[in-house]
Amino acid sequence: MTRLVSMPPAAQLAPLLTAYNQAAAAKRRQLVIGLALVAIALAISAVGAEVRPVTLWNKIGNFTSYFDRLLKLDSGMRVWTDPQEWFWGLARWSRLLGETALIAYIATLTGAFAAFICAAPASRNLMRYAPVRFTVRRVLEFCRSVPDIVFAMIFVAAFGLGALPGVLAMTLHTSGALGKLFTEVLENIDMRPVEGIAATGGSWLAQVRFAVTPQVLSNLVSYTLLRFEVNVRGATVIGFVGAGGIGQDLITAIRKFYYSDVSAMLLMIIGTVMVIDMLSGGLRHRLLAMETAS
Amino acid sequence: MSEMHGVREVLVAHRAELCARYPDILIAGWGRRAPLLACGVGAIGLYVAGLVALGISPAVITSGLGRLIDIAGLMLPPDPQSWSRFLLYLGALGQTLAIASLGTLLAAILGIPFGFLAARNVVANRLVHFLSRRSLDTLRSVDTLIWALIWINVVGLGPFAGALAIMSSDIGAFGKLMSEAIEAADRRPVDGVLSAGGGRLHAIRFGLVPQVLPVFASQILYFFESNTRSATIIGIVGAGGIGLQLSEQIRVLEWQQVSFLILMILVTVAALDWISQRLRSAMIGHHQPS
Repeated sequence: MTRLVSMPPAAQLAPLLTAYNQAAAAKRRQLVIGLALVAIALAISAVGAEVRPVTLWNKIGNFTSYFDRLLKLDSGMRVWTDPQEWFWGLARWSRLLGETALIAYIATLTGAFAAFICAAPASRNLMRYAPVRFTVRRVLEFCRSVPDIVFAMIFVAAFGLGALPGVLAMTLHTSGALGKLFTEVLENIDMRPVEGIAATGGSWLAQVRFAVTPQVLSNLVSYTLLRFEVNVRGATVIGFVGAGGIGQDLITAIRKFYYSDVSAMLLMIIGTVMVIDMLSGGLRHRLLAMETAS
Repeated sequence: MSEMHGVREVLVAHRAELCARYPDILIAGWGRRAPLLACGVGAIGLYVAGLVALGISPAVITSGLGRLIDIAGLMLPPDPQSWSRFLLYLGALGQTLAIASLGTLLAAILGIPFGFLAARNVVANRLVHFLSRRSLDTLRSVDTLIWALIWINVVGLGPFAGALAIMSSDIGAFGKLMSEAIEAADRRPVDGVLSAGGGRLHAIRFGLVPQVLPVFASQILYFFESNTRSATIIGIVGAGGIGLQLSEQIRVLEWQQVSFLILMILVTVAALDWISQRLRSAMIGHHQPS
């Protein structure tokens, strides 16, 4: 049989092989060191987080039995045997879920509007005056770094219990988060259409309307929709601190061990979140299709 | 000279003719505008109806705003008031970081197999694919704070419950992102391994894993960053970390300490952002010299 690939003689092959082995060993050493570092970090954080594997092992039964209890009515029957008893608070929970979605909706819309207004003075190509840019950027950074639930706790102290502090808290956080994204979008626009409108004698308003808006609108709307999905999730727990929505009832039910109520509310929350995700995802895809078509 | 018209004048002069020639572009038809207009009116209508339903009015806002300004005044300057308190807060901050890193690592370890399971090019079975995707979605749609409350019932109050909560809510997100990264991977290295006589596992180990590893690593860092934010608030429901101190100080209206705690959180988050951004760009740049 003839060999198709000619083998180099052993004398030539040996240094190549040792070089290959060395390279492989170096890589392996790197991997081992990396894994060791991760393991050390894990150990330190395990101590810091008071991990008790023994407790977890002993109590992992609690986890399964907790879900078992979630699916039992007070009478000891399985929840699905009596849906009417399981969802006894359907009307109230639906209203609260509606309130939750409304909080997210109003906060997202207001926040997006504020973000849009702040994005122009924060972007490099539209605002040439650096101190203004710097200030607006720092304010936006502050708004998005403080979690919305922390804002909510402070606002509950100022405005009292209810949906208003929740809306305000989410609005602030949303304007910070979206402000950053909007700024990036505005900084990446093509300036030639703007110059073109300016060259044909269009006013500043005409430039914004016909040159900037068509470029950024679909992007801004799609970011806003994404943020809406995030905010719906956030609004379900903002009631934990008394800022409206279904969270207030949920935390009471969990704390007081009303098991079947907890599972019913959780199911409704998961369903609502999924439906809203699907709707908004569909809308985003249509927006994308519209943009690529035009 | 009368021939030296500007573009604008020419266009205005021939407006009628141009409109007749390009009606689709130049005349705004109601057919095109009506759906957009309806969407806009609907959105604003829902907004106003929502404001009314939630009982939000300018009067309520202005009366609360006064109190809010008072509170903001009381927050200044941020002050922990004593060294022992400062050390206590520092310890809580360390605990927060520990919760975030432990939760992220646990989620990564558990989420990666899920990611492979949910990727279409690894597991061809439609049913497995569908079921793993749906269960990941379910995990994802329950907020971290809700998970924390559930885990507190299992392992008791404390940071361990927080780490487990972060793990539970992140497995879903991890699995989804990982499966997307795997599906986007290049098919040719896999084919290469298979054609050289490698088995299915070899193809995954030597064809897929080297491609997706840097993406995974940068995702893990990104999640660590966002989990630090979640871990700062997870203490609100009693699952350890700095959130516990924060909610306590807000409850007893010690506003100077509140602002100090918020400042600590901001500094930590900013520092971590910076570090992980550098690490991520180093990693991506190192592994993908395209």
